[in-house]
Amino acid sequence: MELQHVNVKLLVENPGEVDLEPLIPIFHRWIQDQVCEELLLDVADYRHVEAGPGVVLIGHQANYSVDNADERLGIRYNRKAALEGSNQDRLKQATRAALAACQRLESEPSLNGRLRFNGRELELFINDRLLAPNLEATRAAAESDFQTFFQKLFGGNDFCLSYGNGDPRRLFSVSVRTPRPFNAADLLNNLAC
Amino acid sequence: MKVSNALWKDELAGEMPEDLAREIDIFETELALRKQGKLDERLFAETRLRRGAYGQRYDNGQRHDGKKVQQIAYPSGELTKGPNTMWDAPGMQRIKIPGGGVNPEQLETLAELAEEYSDGIVHVTTRQDSQLHYVHIDDTPTLMRRLAAANITTREACGNSVRNVTACPYAGVCPDEVFDVTPYSCALSRFLLGHPDCQNFGRKFKPAFSGCSQHACALTNIHDLGLIAVERRENGEDKRGFGVYVGGGLGAVPYQAKLFDSFVPPEELLPLAQSIARVFARHGEKKNRNRARIKFLVHDLGIEKFKELVLEERKTLPPDPRWTEYLKGAEESHEEPLRPPGELSAPAAGPFERWLKTNTRPQKQQGYAVVTVALPLGDITANQLRALADIVRRFTKGTVRTTVEQNFVVRWVSRSDLPEIHQALDAVGLAEPGAGTIIDVTACPGTDTCKLGISSSRGLAAELRKQLDEKSFQLDEAVQNLHIKISGCFNSCGQHHVADLGFYGVSRKMGGYAVPHFQLVLGGEWGHNVGSYGLPVMAIPSKNIPQVVTRLTERYVSGQKNGEHFRDFIKRIGKVELKNMLDDLTRPPADKTDRSFFRDWGDPREYSLGDLGVGECAGEVVSSTDFGLAAAEREVFEAQLALEDGEFEQAGKKAYHSMLQAAKALVKIEYADVPDDPAQIVQEFRTRFYDTQKFFDPYAGGKFAHYLFAAHKKSDVSYTAESARFLVEEAQLFIEASHSCYNRLPAPAAV
Repeated sequence: MELQHVNVKLLVENPGEVDLEPLIPIFHRWIQDQVCEELLLDVADYRHVEAGPGVVLIGHQANYSVDNADERLGIRYNRKAALEGSNQDRLKQATRAALAACQRLESEPSLNGRLRFNGRELELFINDRLLAPNLEATRAAAESDFQTFFQKLFGGNDFCLSYGNGDPRRLFSVSVRTPRPFNAADLLNNLAC
Repeated sequence: MKVSNALWKDELAGEMPEDLAREIDIFETELALRKQGKLDERLFAETRLRRGAYGQRYDNGQRHDGKKVQQIAYPSGELTKGPNTMWDAPGMQRIKIPGGGVNPEQLETLAELAEEYSDGIVHVTTRQDSQLHYVHIDDTPTLMRRLAAANITTREACGNSVRNVTACPYAGVCPDEVFDVTPYSCALSRFLLGHPDCQNFGRKFKPAFSGCSQHACALTNIHDLGLIAVERRENGEDKRGFGVYVGGGLGAVPYQAKLFDSFVPPEELLPLAQSIARVFARHGEKKNRNRARIKFLVHDLGIEKFKELVLEERKTLPPDPRWTEYLKGAEESHEEPLRPPGELSAPAAGPFERWLKTNTRPQKQQGYAVVTVALPLGDITANQLRALADIVRRFTKGTVRTTVEQNFVVRWVSRSDLPEIHQALDAVGLAEPGAGTIIDVTACPGTDTCKLGISSSRGLAAELRKQLDEKSFQLDEAVQNLHIKISGCFNSCGQHHVADLGFYGVSRKMGGYAVPHFQLVLGGEWGHNVGSYGLPVMAIPSKNIPQVVTRLTERYVSGQKNGEHFRDFIKRIGKVELKNMLDDLTRPPADKTDRSFFRDWGDPREYSLGDLGVGECAGEVVSSTDFGLAAAEREVFEAQLALEDGEFEQAGKKAYHSMLQAAKALVKIEYADVPDDPAQIVQEFRTRFYDTQKFFDPYAGGKFAHYLFAAHKKSDVSYTAESARFLVEEAQLFIEASHSCYNRLPAPAAV
């Protein structure tokens, strides 16, 4: 099966302490400086919506956000444009982009170090219901790709996959937890190998 | 953009209504033609607008980033989807929800599309539509197919067309209504959708239905066509009818709709609307879009002359069975409850009590209530939509509608279920109290996404919501019942004229810098379907608006006499007093080091008007001949594809039909009602354009017309590879000649 439009969400530490307002000027600055690979266009503020997309940096090929869907706050990369290559390439691209954004946000002075990847949990979504319906068959078909990819991401360390909400109306997703914490740099290094 | 776009058409084959499927196929072909440069950008703009695919801020390829105007290097380069509108620029997709009526399956579809093609949010508009933002034009045909499979259309959601037919969301359950307008609004919506008489307007046309004259749930007075349920006694029987109002509208200068007829029986409703549409199409302004709404025509002609023209037109209409088919059963109720009626078993307390007070209202059916799901700024997430669908299924038989206050209402909830539904809504963040009160602020998209936005209406609305919510417990009852509505510019999409406290975006230059402001509008009457419009009072810097609201409401509480309404209070104290009260707030602080006044709400960039674009609300003025010729081009393109595939019969038929389309497009200039009969089209074309030599090319004379005559003569023979190829080429030439002919004709005189 073809895994396109990969979304990666890195869950953050102490979500209750995170104020999303400073993200608005940060994302505007990212547009000014075009700091990402993607063409960055605009900022959408959805802080008024409960358990919503939070603050979204709209790009042409992808969006970045600090997203609170399901009341799980995380740094999210949403790949919109199709990508050539293998499933491994696409999983790697999205995860790298999310980790790079995470590093940038973690080092933003105006966030006072409050926005930090918890190092133990990330979620992955396939934002295309036709390519990847949220069904058992999709899980079976994608399992080996996920295993291969997360082996690499966590450098052969233990991890545990659990598939998301079984509601077929929702996006196909997988949640990954590790017993020992990693930081974004470790994971980027693992992907670079 | 989406990899699966190519697969959805087959996936949904047979699941879409045939007419909608065909419409979307046509649009997809037009997209392809535009990409190949074979369809003019102006024409493509109007055709996409008529499918609800609208432009968004920065789609001209520029954005002021707070320091300077940046050129946006979109991957598709110079390709445009309209004048000065870049192909890759994110757009808004408007989705028509007639009467605001949706079912749980449709809510789920909207949720899926918001996640896959937008930013995870569905926005409910002030005209009961839904909108998705940041949508790529290449995704729109698939998005439309998925909507069509859920029996939703985007057709004529924008552009110079009949927009969403809105209706009171309490129709059928409101204790004060004269009768349920739902069947009539649905019938009018179906009847006018794609109607040939509604394809040649100079601007948009918005109808609205209300079940009563006293409430504001449908805002009929601000509509091009307002229809209010009335009854009268005839021969000892109560007979249904409609009070018909025309020529209302907001915009920079609002017009109250004028009474056209105090009683129009249901069987005359559709033909009368059709006649009004025909008069608007024929006599409405086409060149100056600023005066092209029907309100100007009614104003210029006077209601009596306008009525005379409409009634004359009515006499000429050929009968249409659809005018009355729907009436059978229209007087019966079409909804029923899932659960038996009931009452609360215990007194309400805590958050439930407050929610109960503001977010529920009794139905005329004993033991049932309507529950309002208040959406902050009209926004709802995909997850919330799915949860709402579940809740609607759990407590009702799928009875949910959108409102003009950008909320949802769930109808037919047994009153005994209210604590449980409150709990269910609360679990997904949808039980916010204060629906219809001062904290339920309405706002258009403003500078967030609209090309015309001057100030941040959503930013201000969010701030006012926050501030008012914090003190809502202390707010006086009289203040709680006020309405705040905000537009990002004078165009009134946020309906600022009809609010107690209205605001619209303006800017002022101060000390060499632009400062975002809002014009304060006071005195609007929300009740009586908008009994009166407010008037601008003064412009105030955006950052001072919360203080303005505080001062005005506090003064109202302390100064109102004998329970007078806010607008009466404002009228009594007068403008001089108002000016004195607010004067110090009309200027930013003298301390220029406070740069916050030079930024708008929710936007850290230094304020600039550099992002203002050209609006698409007015659409492109494209005649039915332009459309006919474009359709002919599309069809000859399809003929070429069939020829390539070796389907010669198909190629020949399509080529012949494309010539008929072009000929018909020309004939329509003189004979708007030309029927679809090929023989008659050819005959009319011959008489009007060949015999008169209007079609004659300066060099080739009538040569190209003979291609049509010959193709028509041989239309019943089979096509070979060779004859099909010849015909496709001739069709191409005929269409080119039709364009030339059209270009040579003098512009129609304005009426």
